[in-house]
Amino acid sequence: MQAMISIENVSKSFLAKGAEAFTALDDVSMRIRDREFFTLLGPSGCGKTTLLRIVAGFDFPSAGTVRIEGADSSALPPQKRPVNTVFQSYALFPHMTVAENVAFGLRMQKVVKSDRQARVAEALRLVRLESMASRLPGQLSGGQQQRVAVARALAPRPKVLLLDEPLSALDLKLRREMQGELKRLQQETGITFILVTHDQEEALAMSDRIAVMSAGRVLQMGAPREIYDNPKSRFVADFIGESNVLPGAIVGHGSDIMVAVRPERIALSMLASGLPGKIRGTITSITYLGLDTLYEITLDNGERLRSRSRQSISGLDAGQPVILDWPSDAERHLAN
Amino acid sequence: MNAQRTLTLAAPAVLMIGTFMVVPLLVAVAYSFMTANPYGGVDMPLTVDAYVQFLFQRDFDDTLVFSWSYVIIILRSVYLAGLTTAICLILGFPVAWYLVCQDDNRRRTLLFLVTLPFWINTLIRTYCWVLILRDEGLANGLLKAAGVISTPLPLLYNDASILLGLVYTFLPFMVLPIYSTLERIDPRLIEAAYDLYANRGAVFARVIWPLARPGALVGASLVFAPSLGSFLAPDLLGGGKKLLIGSLVQMQFTSSRNWPFGAALSILVTIAVLAIFVSRSKKAEEARL
Repeated sequence: MQAMISIENVSKSFLAKGAEAFTALDDVSMRIRDREFFTLLGPSGCGKTTLLRIVAGFDFPSAGTVRIEGADSSALPPQKRPVNTVFQSYALFPHMTVAENVAFGLRMQKVVKSDRQARVAEALRLVRLESMASRLPGQLSGGQQQRVAVARALAPRPKVLLLDEPLSALDLKLRREMQGELKRLQQETGITFILVTHDQEEALAMSDRIAVMSAGRVLQMGAPREIYDNPKSRFVADFIGESNVLPGAIVGHGSDIMVAVRPERIALSMLASGLPGKIRGTITSITYLGLDTLYEITLDNGERLRSRSRQSISGLDAGQPVILDWPSDAERHLAN
Repeated sequence: MNAQRTLTLAAPAVLMIGTFMVVPLLVAVAYSFMTANPYGGVDMPLTVDAYVQFLFQRDFDDTLVFSWSYVIIILRSVYLAGLTTAICLILGFPVAWYLVCQDDNRRRTLLFLVTLPFWINTLIRTYCWVLILRDEGLANGLLKAAGVISTPLPLLYNDASILLGLVYTFLPFMVLPIYSTLERIDPRLIEAAYDLYANRGAVFARVIWPLARPGALVGASLVFAPSLGSFLAPDLLGGGKKLLIGSLVQMQFTSSRNWPFGAALSILVTIAVLAIFVSRSKKAEEARL
C-alpha cells in the first residue's frame, strides 16, 4: 500500500551564527499510512517539531525526501501542500471572527460563497462551536480557541492534519476531554493525523502508531501496546511509562545486557513470609497514589527499584526487608 | 471621597495638558478675534476681520470681493501633506518590515540609524538638500561629471523638491509606529496563513496589513499634521514661490505683522485636520459594526 506521507532519509541541520551547526534531524525515515493517527513522541529538542514543520513546508530538509501520496514534495511551499496545521499557540487571526478564521483556507482556495458557508458551519459543528461563529478569538477560552484552530485546519479538507502539541496549553481535565475529541474527529473525517507530543500518556491513548524520537533520530516505531510492552532500548523503556532497569547478563552468553521490568509487574512480599522471589531489598518509601500504591525499594547492592501495586499490602512499612518477584515474561532485554 | 481622589490623581495630567495644550490654543483663538497692531502683537477691539480676510479681499473702495487665494493655499498644503503621508507610508512600510526581520543586534543598530537624523537640527538638514539639489550642487555636479547632462537639471524650487524635503524629514515618524505594530505580530500567524493556501499577496492583504494598520494610522497622523504646518521645506526647497500654509502663518507673525490673521489661519487648519481625523475614525467605527 502506498504511504500517505513518506519521509525518506531526512536530515536537518540549523546553522547558528558563531556556533557549530545543530543537527535537529539525523537520517529519519518513516511511512505514515492513509487514515492513520500517527504520533511523534519525544522530549523537547528531539526533532519532532522540526519534522512536523518539514512536512508542513515551513522548513525544508537539508537532505532527504518528503513524499505526499508518492509525489516528491520536499521543496513545495506550505500553500501548495494538501496539509494543514494546528499550531501549539493556535495562531488564530485575532482580527477575524471565529467564522472568518475557519473560512480563511476556503476563501484562499476560492471556494464559492455558498459552499464556503456550508463548510464553515460543518467544521464548527464538528468541533461543537456553532454558537461562537461571530466571536473574536480573544473572547474565547483556551479550550474553545483550540477547537477553532482544529476547525480552521479541517475546513479545507486536507489529506493530512498536523497537530503541534495541540493540548499542551490546556489543563489536565480539558486535555483528557480533547484527547477523546481529537480521536473522534480523526475517525469521523477519515483524515490522516500526525500529532507531535512529549506526553507519553497522550500518545498511548490516541495513536494508531507511535514513533519515539530522541536527539534527532527515531528510536522505535510501532503500535502503542507494542512500544509499551516491548521497548527496544533503555530510553524508550524509561520514556514510555516507568521502568526499572537492571544490569544483567544472559546466562551462558556472558554479554552484558540491561533488563527492564515495569513497576506494576513487580510483586513484593515480606522476607519473613518465606515466599519465593528474585531479589532482596529494603523498602525506602511508600507513596499512596489513589488507585495505586508506589513502593520504593533499595536493593542490597544499592540499586533502587519501584513497584506499583493495586492493593496496599498490609504489614509493609518503610525500612522493612522484602523480597521482589516478577514473572519471567515481564522482563525485557535491552541493548545497552 | 473616591471622586475626590480620582480628581487629585488626575490633577497632574490635567494641569499638564491644560498648560501646554488648552491655554495656548485659547490664546490663539483669542488673538484671532483681535485687531492687529502694526508693530506686531494684538490690540483691542474684538473683531472678526481676520476670518473675513481669509475669504474676502478688500478692494480700494472698501467693498469685499470673494477670493480663493487663501483657500487654494490651504488646499495645496493639504494636498502636499497628503502626498507626503502616502509616500512615507509606501517607503516606510518596507523599511519597518525589514527592521522586524533582522536579528536583535542588527535591529538595534538600524533603529538607532533611523532616529539618528533627529540629533541634527532640521534647518541644517533641510539646507543640506539645497546644497545637493541646486544647479551647482552635488546631484547636478555628479550627473555632469558622468556626462549624463550638459546643463544642470532644475531640481530645486518646485513641488517635487518640497515633497522630497517633507518625506525626508518625517519618514522616521512613519517607520517607528509601523515597526512597533509589526514587531508584535506573531510569526505563526503568517505561517498559518501560508498553511491555509494564502499566497504572498493574500498574506499581506489579509493578515499583515490589518494587524499593522493601527501603527500605520498613528504614523500617518504623525506625518500629516507636522508636514501640513511645516514651513522649512517649503521655504528653503520650494523657494517660497508658491505659498504653503505653514509659511503663510509664519509670515503673519514676522514680516506681515498680522498676528490675528496668523492665529485665525492656524485655528482654521486645526479645525480642518480635526475634521479629517474625526470623520475617518467615525468611518472606521462604522466599518467595525
